Amino acid sequence: MIIQALAFYLFAGILSLSALAVITARNPVHSVLFLILAFFNASGLFLLLGAEFIAMILVIVYVGAVAVLFLFVVMMLDINFSDLRKGAMQYVPVGLLIGLILLIELAVIYQTWSLDAITAAASISMANMGETTNTELIGANLYTNYVLPFQIAGLILFVAMIGAIVLTHRSRPGVKRQKVAQQYARQRDEAMEIVKVTPRTGA
Amino acid sequence: MMELWETYGIWTAFTLLYIVLIVGGVLLSVAYLTYAERKVLGGMQRRQGPMTVGPFGLLQPIADGLKLFSKETIIPSQANKPVFLMAPMLLFALSLVAWAVIPFDKGWVLANINVGVLYLFAISSMGVYGVIMAGWASNSRYAFLGALRSASQMVSYEVSMGLIIVCVLLCVGTLNLTEIVTTPRPVWMQILLFPMFIVFLVSILAETNRAPFDLPEGESEITGGFMVEYSAMTFALFFLGEYANMILMSAITTTLFLGGWLPPFSMWLPAGITDVLALVPGLVWFALKTAAVLFVFLWARATLPRYRYDQLMRLGWKIFLPLTLFWVVLVAGTLLTFDALP
Repeated sequence: MIIQALAFYLFAGILSLSALAVITARNPVHSVLFLILAFFNASGLFLLLGAEFIAMILVIVYVGAVAVLFLFVVMMLDINFSDLRKGAMQYVPVGLLIGLILLIELAVIYQTWSLDAITAAASISMANMGETTNTELIGANLYTNYVLPFQIAGLILFVAMIGAIVLTHRSRPGVKRQKVAQQYARQRDEAMEIVKVTPRTGA
Repeated sequence: MMELWETYGIWTAFTLLYIVLIVGGVLLSVAYLTYAERKVLGGMQRRQGPMTVGPFGLLQPIADGLKLFSKETIIPSQANKPVFLMAPMLLFALSLVAWAVIPFDKGWVLANINVGVLYLFAISSMGVYGVIMAGWASNSRYAFLGALRSASQMVSYEVSMGLIIVCVLLCVGTLNLTEIVTTPRPVWMQILLFPMFIVFLVSILAETNRAPFDLPEGESEITGGFMVEYSAMTFALFFLGEYANMILMSAITTTLFLGGWLPPFSMWLPAGITDVLALVPGLVWFALKTAAVLFVFLWARATLPRYRYDQLMRLGWKIFLPLTLFWVVLVAGTLLTFDALP
């Protein structure tokens, strides 16, 4: 147990510190790198909870795909960030307001949250689990009890993706493209001409 | 404290020993993979390859290593120093940690976890950070171009690799690598998965930035890509990481498609021969199969010219992605029709 506690404090400590570093780092690329460190430690916390599937998916999806694109965009930006910071103070009241609302919401949840009910529910589901791994359990639950919400979530993401492509896609005229199908469809007759050359005539 | 020692001490000591054995084995394999690469390329180009240092040039990798050790590490003055130094370490460390879940033989695995495949996928998807960080921190245009190429290339091919892995998982019904190896596959299933094996082989070439997809290095156009500013030990770490990744990807291919440590062709050969083949230790079969996949890496490098970048992207997104997506549906449909779902 003591090892688990040590590991928890290690992960949680690094997670909090790197989350703090995300918003305080001067260099935006450093911010993204700290964000990745935070994701990674959050996945460590999930592992400690025994939720190995969610831990791995967190690393694969957020660290392996989302944050890469984040880093990609931030690296390509050519913005003077010290200029950007000058006006930042005027947003402090709005930020504080949002923070306050979140804090109140958390407090409300904590007040209405009955720990006994949750542990009781958890022990029932743990008893039902038996030998099945939590990957199997999540899969079975997601594709039987929650098929429709799951599929609708997928559709929403799909629409969002198409929307992003439509908004950013520009068809510029006059761009030369390689048309592979056309290249393959080309026949010998239209591509080359066989010329009989008579020797010693130079033509 | 004494209690802690008794519960964890012996376990920790043994785990450390295994880690040292695995890392030592991987590093030794990396050293002799570079030798094998030069010999194979030499053979294919009618040269002799390394032959001066030691008998048959066998000490060449050690000499190369010593040379890299004794060189001076240069850090560009415009570079972002912490990120610049962290990039090669990250890439090298990631190429080693993935070995924790690879089963070398029956029961010979450091961590027999339930989500082994996902772990491997997570680790290999993080490899791109080493490259991006190196390219950005070098503060050089060539390095940055190389990093951008590598990032989009690795992200693109991960998609089809994920779908191929899903095909295999549908057939075996487990995420544990040891169980993936031991689950018997009928002949029709092997034939069904064979096209995916070929696509996987091409994808791992792209994923490890090897020829013919070595555009991130692309020495003829961007002089060496993301590692152009690195020298001595920092470069050596990139080099070791790249070759360790090659071996790792071959080991993953062996585990997913070639039956890991089990003797080959057990479904196809008569019983007498398979009994004899089963006498050979599993580790030997594992090493031989991995070496066979590694040979494909070297073979492709000696045979094929480098792809153009748009061709690489077209292959990844317009050919492999639809093909593998279709194959997932095909495999799932076949399993459902013949009631063979595990």
